[in-house]
Amino acid sequence: MHAKDERISIWFFIGMLVFAYGIVITAAGIYEIFVPPAHPVVLASLHAGVWWGAVMLILGGFYLYRFSPKKEK
Amino acid sequence: MATALALIFSEAPAKLLSLTFIDVLILVLYFVMILGIGFYLKSYTTTSEDFFMAGRSMTAWVAGLSFLAANLGSLELMGWAAAAYQYGILATHWYWIGAIPAMLFLGIVMMPFYYISKTHSVPGYLKLRYGEPARVLSAVTFGVMTVMMSGINIYSMALVMKAILGWNINYSIWISSLTVAAYVVLGGLRSAIFNEVLQFVLIWLGAMLIPIIGLVETGGWSGMVARIHQNFPNGNYTHLWSTLGHFSDNPMGVHWTGIVLGLGFVISFGYWTTDFLVVQRVLTARDLRSAKMAPIIGASFKMIVPFIVILPGLLGLAIFSGDHRLVGESQAVASGMHSYNEVLPLMLARYCGPGLLGLGITALLAGFMSGMAGNVSAFATVWTYDIYRPLFRKSAPDSHYLSMGRWCTILGVLISIGTAYFVMQFLSIMDYVQALFSFFIAPLFGTVILGMLWKRTTSAGGFWGLLAGTLSSVGMWLWVKIDPHALTYIALSPKARDMAENMYRGLWSWIICVAVTVVISLMTTPKPASELNGLVYGCTEIPSEGHLSLYQRPIFWATIVAIIFVILNIVFW
Repeated sequence: MHAKDERISIWFFIGMLVFAYGIVITAAGIYEIFVPPAHPVVLASLHAGVWWGAVMLILGGFYLYRFSPKKEK
Repeated sequence: MATALALIFSEAPAKLLSLTFIDVLILVLYFVMILGIGFYLKSYTTTSEDFFMAGRSMTAWVAGLSFLAANLGSLELMGWAAAAYQYGILATHWYWIGAIPAMLFLGIVMMPFYYISKTHSVPGYLKLRYGEPARVLSAVTFGVMTVMMSGINIYSMALVMKAILGWNINYSIWISSLTVAAYVVLGGLRSAIFNEVLQFVLIWLGAMLIPIIGLVETGGWSGMVARIHQNFPNGNYTHLWSTLGHFSDNPMGVHWTGIVLGLGFVISFGYWTTDFLVVQRVLTARDLRSAKMAPIIGASFKMIVPFIVILPGLLGLAIFSGDHRLVGESQAVASGMHSYNEVLPLMLARYCGPGLLGLGITALLAGFMSGMAGNVSAFATVWTYDIYRPLFRKSAPDSHYLSMGRWCTILGVLISIGTAYFVMQFLSIMDYVQALFSFFIAPLFGTVILGMLWKRTTSAGGFWGLLAGTLSSVGMWLWVKIDPHALTYIALSPKARDMAENMYRGLWSWIICVAVTVVISLMTTPKPASELNGLVYGCTEIPSEGHLSLYQRPIFWATIVAIIFVILNIVFW
């Protein structure tokens, strides 16, 4: 196989970044539950950071697995 | 749109938002990733075909999302959210009738000719169909306008970041521009496209929370509409078509003929089918079916972009009322109130805590970068293939053109930065440059579509039609500038706003271009049919799709998208 055909899929890169964001945002959201900020945003009770971060974790994890260079080979 | 944003943010008194460590971390991760992709792809960019056309190896999904992302700049996000606050749901026309029919037409009707002709660019197609003069006219105007528009966008973005976050304008200009330059120089169009797809995903993830939480706050769609009617009892902000029967019945001052013929036909078809900035992405598809599917995939996502762009503006109408209502630019500067141009950052600040705020800002930056990368990569291709090679060095080794592409990417970014600083000194120039850009779009569509669909069109007809359409557009613009009363003739109403004037001017210049092209073509000798193979309908054998199952055929998906488009327009009538 030619070297050019061995590229990592763009979806794998997207999975990496979205997964990393998921970790950071979920962690920040959980931290806010225990240490509420002095000036909370509107509808802070929804804890958007936690569930949106979780959505990103799942989405990023799926792309990481599905388009992993090992799996692609 | 960029002008309005620049004007208001240049006067903004203080920053709107403050980033925490978590938000900065989100931004840093983003910069590391996009530069990492550029470095990774450098080793795969060894020929000019790799650099300028991404090796023509993109899947339909990647080409389609990149096609859309190149258009979805951050000013687009903020500008149309502001337009939705100002004009209501009417702004959605720019995403639906102002895009979907044209994108489907590109995929189903025009793409076969662009793709089978193996052209590198839209000016390249004009060369094959009409000859060198039409190509050079189109390439020079496109190249100049592209880098100037890129400069205006850089400056506007830097102003926005200064106003929202308090960032230094110089740092914003140089860091964001050099980052784009780095990853495009390293990996060429492939790197630009990969990053555009990444940026497209980030734009959605960063912007989607606002409408979701906003609808929760207002009690869903019906609750939001009720609040808007309560806040603005004399305005009609929630109907797409029912207020377009007369110029004075809607906040935009436009008639349905302007929306359908000016926007939906001429402006939209001109932009989505002949602006090389977006068409270049589709030309990188790996086969004809992918090239046809890419605009259809782009159209399906374009239909739902109003969810993250228009809906925040409408939510702003429902939420910001009374003393907290948003006002026009001059009133905002005089009173210290917030302008409707700030509606998106205000919504970000309202709903997004640490981390999510960083994600929202990353979405804005990603939008800006995808737009700029689109500009500079298209500029590099048109300069190298359509200006440098035919006019300065016809035959050189492939490595020479690859090197030229890298250097003129850097040059394009530097000219853009220079334009940004020039605009900083002479803010009013933004109006002129944006008007200049609009002069070429509508006539170019007339020239390309006649060339593709009518084999009788001649080289002389194509060139003089394009020139006449462009000059007439400039003439109409000047006429209104000198004598504002001329608006009655150009836009059919003295009440027409800028947007309505642009639509009608585009329509007239297209008609003039087509009329001149037809008349001169009938007076001159056409090319023999054998020379039009691969370029014109009726002279080109389009590969059959008979062996594909129904759901694999582009026409099937285009029909599905068209049906949803019609249903959406009826639902929000």
